[in-house]
Amino acid sequence: MTLRDHAIRYGFIVLLFGLVAYFAIAADGFVSPQSAVFIFQSVAITGVLALGVTATLVVGGFDLSIGSVATSAMMAAAYVMVVLEQNAVVAVVVCLLIGAIVGLINGWLIVYMRVPDLLATLGMMFLLVGLQRIPTEGRSIATGMTMPDGSVANGKFGDAFLALGRHRFDFFIPNLIPVSVVVLLVLALLIWFFLEYTRFGRMMYAVGSNERAAELAGAPVKAYKIWAYVISGVFASIGGILLAARLGRGDIASGNNLLLDAVAAALIGYAVLGAAKPNAFGTAVGALFVGILLQGLTMMNAPYYTQDFVKGVVLVVALVFTFALSGRGRG
Amino acid sequence: MVGNAVFRVEGLRKSFGRNEVLGGISLELHSGQVTVLMGANGAGKSTLVKIISGVYERGGGTMTLADQDFAPNTPAEAIRAGVVTVHQNINDGVVADLDVATNLTLDRLSGKGVPTLFNPARVRREAKAVADRMGLAIDLKARVNDLSLADRQMVAIARALAHQPKVLILDEPTSSLSSAEADRLFALVDRLREQGVAILYISHRMSDIRRLADRIVSMRDGVISGAFDTKPLDYEGAVNAMLGRKIHLDQIVARSSAKPVLTVEGLRIGLGARPISLTLGDGEVVAITGLVGVGKTALAETLFGVRKPLTGTMTMNGKPYAPRSAGDAIAAGVFLVAKDRATSGIVSGFNIERNVSLPFLKRMSTLGVLKRRLERATARRQIEELSIVCRSEKDEMSALSGGNQQKVMVARWMAQNAALFILDEPFQGVDISARRDIAAKLRASANGRATLLFVTELDEALETADRILVMSEHTIVGEHRNAEVDLDRLLAEVAGGPLHSAA
Repeated sequence: MTLRDHAIRYGFIVLLFGLVAYFAIAADGFVSPQSAVFIFQSVAITGVLALGVTATLVVGGFDLSIGSVATSAMMAAAYVMVVLEQNAVVAVVVCLLIGAIVGLINGWLIVYMRVPDLLATLGMMFLLVGLQRIPTEGRSIATGMTMPDGSVANGKFGDAFLALGRHRFDFFIPNLIPVSVVVLLVLALLIWFFLEYTRFGRMMYAVGSNERAAELAGAPVKAYKIWAYVISGVFASIGGILLAARLGRGDIASGNNLLLDAVAAALIGYAVLGAAKPNAFGTAVGALFVGILLQGLTMMNAPYYTQDFVKGVVLVVALVFTFALSGRGRG
Repeated sequence: MVGNAVFRVEGLRKSFGRNEVLGGISLELHSGQVTVLMGANGAGKSTLVKIISGVYERGGGTMTLADQDFAPNTPAEAIRAGVVTVHQNINDGVVADLDVATNLTLDRLSGKGVPTLFNPARVRREAKAVADRMGLAIDLKARVNDLSLADRQMVAIARALAHQPKVLILDEPTSSLSSAEADRLFALVDRLREQGVAILYISHRMSDIRRLADRIVSMRDGVISGAFDTKPLDYEGAVNAMLGRKIHLDQIVARSSAKPVLTVEGLRIGLGARPISLTLGDGEVVAITGLVGVGKTALAETLFGVRKPLTGTMTMNGKPYAPRSAGDAIAAGVFLVAKDRATSGIVSGFNIERNVSLPFLKRMSTLGVLKRRLERATARRQIEELSIVCRSEKDEMSALSGGNQQKVMVARWMAQNAALFILDEPFQGVDISARRDIAAKLRASANGRATLLFVTELDEALETADRILVMSEHTIVGEHRNAEVDLDRLLAEVAGGPLHSAA
């Protein structure tokens, strides 16, 4: 291996450690279990979304609707519990169904209606941003809110549901690890195993690399593509559930950054270990990278508006790593 | 006639790296004549066309146009000098989103002395002049997108002819046209011939060639292998010069089979084509040969379930066989090494090991989880079996030579036992030693399955098959046991006409 190969393979990991070292010296209190947990918590939701969008990237597609699927799921959870006065289980099931249905529709549009993936999911994004506001005429959902017909919504978020966002497991230190972080880790392991070690994951990569070859090898290409969007939709809705549980209300103003952060994490993932392809491990590292960067900047009192800029720079650098330096992106 | 050639090519050479593609081509085109150029894939036809049309620089030799030296540096220069080329891919010649008028005048939109502002009225006026001269009856306001392929091509040709060329090159112009559409093109070619244009017509289709040719020139391996200009034209001779045997290879010992594996009855794969019936036996290697575009790939894809036959039934080992997808075919033991490995075989993101295991992941996993050790062992065994030259089974496909890439494709499908093993142009872009290896492997392992090859090159059929079938116009027109083959009859069948040399 040449120096160049090493740079491509380990460049981003080295950069990640460098960043941690820099913040450890420059920002007081950066190195502590609480700080680490805070970083994990801050990336949990975007990480879950990023893992979902990774599935669509693997089959050579893209899903721009994940952010709005997540916020739609959040609003739906709030609506089901606060307005319809249902319990947490019903809320979770409704959210997951929304994710699966949106994924199915996305897949159908792309595979059968031949709409290009970016456009289909962009359309779906706009549709959902509007749809999620219709039931409450654009209002956020919280216990005691006044409904459009003048009645008052008396339901409330169930304790079990709120625990998804607020409960912390003991891990050496009491009350350390939030549920959302555990969810992220479990899903990351699941999707990593699925993509790397099952024949379905392998076929998805084949579909993404050479659709015709995959088809002639006997793969039901259309089904694989649709499944990828269903995975993406369901993961996004899980992200929405976690968001609702953390906020405790259906807030129409939240979740604006979800799409950008998740896509950035997945694309940064291309550069990790020189994979030059979408992969679950890379996505997780990418999400972590963004989280560390933002946490560090926050602790160093960098103004909020510099954060998007820094994220953008990191993304562009990562893409250069993937496509220009490795040369594999071209094939 | 001879002596007044308007366009003359002499000793033209071209190499790409160490690979010589044209080894001294000499060719003459005469005014008011259609010269047909025939040649198999890789014979160097497109390189020749690209040099004449100014895309490539020539490596040596001379070209003269009306006794003047002709050395275009760009396609635009060639057109200005009066040599116009209509390329094979119709959609490369037109801009689909613009209307016909703009397309007809597209080449006047840039260059020196062109007004900056786009004047629709002027464009329409000029376009009308171009269309009238050609007798083109297409609505000038129509969008090219809405036109049929034939009309699009007419537009591309009309624009080319607006320059009043002395030489017109048509590169496989009918390859995506229906026969009615082709007739319109032929009428146009006739008109141009009367106007005194020298036409170089490149085609594989015998029906085109019979209809149009005044002369035929055959190319093979970068040289002119035959020129025919006495009427009646010797079509079989031309096909022979294009495909015929280079070297006399050792005859193989042709086997026959007693046990049928696949029986096909009344299979029709094209509108208006006669039905196909054939039987493939256990242990025999059958080659189907024929020119490009006669339906070889269509038949291969029909047997493999990715294309539906119009009518007909298939029986596999006594049971009805009607695959609806590649998955069905694979489950029934029918495997296909598809034509053109780069687009329909190789998964470039995967290494050798993963390319080999691709179709059989189901058989290599439990509950969906891959057995990676089995996968690796299979890849290693197949690398050994086909003597694939590589460092390890983890090599990327791009690191392999063309011959070794093709071996991986064959190895992929030989990893499991087939009932029927189909290979569509398995020797394309494969060097001679890899070709021998693959052919030998196919013959050595032939027992227990039926093997079916689709090849354009006769040599490839003669050196691998026990039985040779000839395809023409989407049906099978001849059958030969590969022992004492009557080459004259075979070539006549390939050429698609009645046998008129009884010798």
